[in-house]
Amino acid sequence: MIDFCGLRLAHPIINGSGTFDAIAARRAFGDALLERFPFSAFVSKTITLAPRAGNPPPRLWEAQAGMINSIGLPNRGLDGYLAHDLPQLAQLPVALITNVMGSNEAEVAALVEAVDARPEIAAIELNVSCPNVRTGLDIGADPASLGALVRAVRPLTAKPLIVKLTPNTADVAAVAAAAEAEGADAVSLINTLRAMALDPASGTPWLGGRTGGMSGPAIRSVALAQVSAVALRVRIPVVGMGGVAQGIHAYDLISVGAALVAVGTENFRDPCAGTRIADELKSLQNAGSGSSSVNVSEPQPEVELNCGNS
Amino acid sequence: MRPTAPLGRRRVAVMATIDVGVYRVLVAHDPDGPYPWPGQFYMLSTVERWGGGEDDRPYLPRAFSFLGAGREGQLSFMFEDVGPGTRRLAELEAHDELWLTGPLGNGFTEPSDGRRAILAGGGIGVPPLAAWACELDGRGTEPRVLLGFRDAAHATGSSMVAHGAVREATDDGSVGHHGFVTDLLAAELDADDHAVVYACGPPGMLEAVRALCAAREVPAQLALEAGMACGFGACYGCVVPLAEGGYVRLCVDGPVLDADRLDAVPMHA
Repeated sequence: MIDFCGLRLAHPIINGSGTFDAIAARRAFGDALLERFPFSAFVSKTITLAPRAGNPPPRLWEAQAGMINSIGLPNRGLDGYLAHDLPQLAQLPVALITNVMGSNEAEVAALVEAVDARPEIAAIELNVSCPNVRTGLDIGADPASLGALVRAVRPLTAKPLIVKLTPNTADVAAVAAAAEAEGADAVSLINTLRAMALDPASGTPWLGGRTGGMSGPAIRSVALAQVSAVALRVRIPVVGMGGVAQGIHAYDLISVGAALVAVGTENFRDPCAGTRIADELKSLQNAGSGSSSVNVSEPQPEVELNCGNS
Repeated sequence: MRPTAPLGRRRVAVMATIDVGVYRVLVAHDPDGPYPWPGQFYMLSTVERWGGGEDDRPYLPRAFSFLGAGREGQLSFMFEDVGPGTRRLAELEAHDELWLTGPLGNGFTEPSDGRRAILAGGGIGVPPLAAWACELDGRGTEPRVLLGFRDAAHATGSSMVAHGAVREATDDGSVGHHGFVTDLLAAELDADDHAVVYACGPPGMLEAVRALCAAREVPAQLALEAGMACGFGACYGCVVPLAEGGYVRLCVDGPVLDADRLDAVPMHA
């Protein structure tokens, strides 16, 4: 068993928010899903205060070794989640982490307070890839904005608070440090990288939302670098993700300091990817060898390239 | 009724491949899967070399309605080589292996109120109609099957429909009626419109069928297609807009939808 912020997990593999719908998967695969649930904890898709229909299609673009999505966070809204989704998610055999997003501190506070009141929910993940209305920047792109948000909502819950970091920022480790300083219990990364695809026929953006988020094996090396940078900066646990498709990819993220590893886009290709990757990871850990020689407990310092402008 | 898919993807062998004009038919052996219901689909990818093709694709599995199913686990699919996914699948030979997830989604619903079944579609929309014609025929109600194709090379696809009374149309007049499948459908409904129409085909054809049925107040069930990453409700990519507002995921709430739920068939894939 693994201890993650007080949650007892059977193995280190969970899902990335928005990459597995346990309710829909149970409709498709029946109760076998509960008997052989692929993850040691389940992270919900992002819940917002008001219901959202999501972005107009097309929502997907297959890219080189990956995909770009522009889904737009469709969800029933907080009330719909609590009334409709939560009773079904509470039947899962693993801890439930609810992911929430608000466009300002008041919205996030309302979400955190409502989620805090529900004992079925083990932990809260904050999606901070939402534009700050004043600056136009994603809240999670700016250490000061992110720090202010965490400071505002931290006192509202005793549940573990995980901050899901965006990779679309200049210095992800600085943002992680701001989250830690204001009391976050863990950080998770990386979210998708902003990307665009053009319709070959028209030369205009293919996706209904114009741009989308890139995921899949194409972003794995970026994820490894960012997880490494964050793990070196903070002392709180790090959930690493980005292009994980095999046990060795999870092993590598753990080698640079991740406590847990989330599987995302690979779930689309293999509904039981979580189980497979957890098994492969266990074999690698038992064998004590992987692609990396870095000791988990002693992260190696990164070489800083000082360009003279910082 | 609709069977539930076993959890996860299965590694299955290709039993045979058959060229039918411009189409390729692939027969897989899926002994551990349930007998599917017509209109349901599977997510397919190859075990070897799924990726690294043109433009470093394919990456995601591809959704296909099944063409036919046997009681011993035979499962056939039909496709045309139109992109990196179908190109790789078209390379497969007997004994090569596939990853397969399914059967997924909801299929067609049987006619009620004594209505007769008219199956209308064409092109790459043939597979679910062929499977449905087989099922209906087995129940003793031979359906009318109306199929439209671009030309004679594509019209070979109609040979995959082994049941029902088939009529064909081609855009160039090389086979059957010179014109659209909706011409045939209009004539059928002129003769007797106490019917339910089951349709699958390219978006333009499907929209023409939907509009014709809506104008005549004939119920229709449309087997739709959309870009899909997972097939089991995880990615939220395969949505179509509903007439009542909002979206529905084709993978878990379709791919067959009652036509009156849509204002129009989406033109993107």
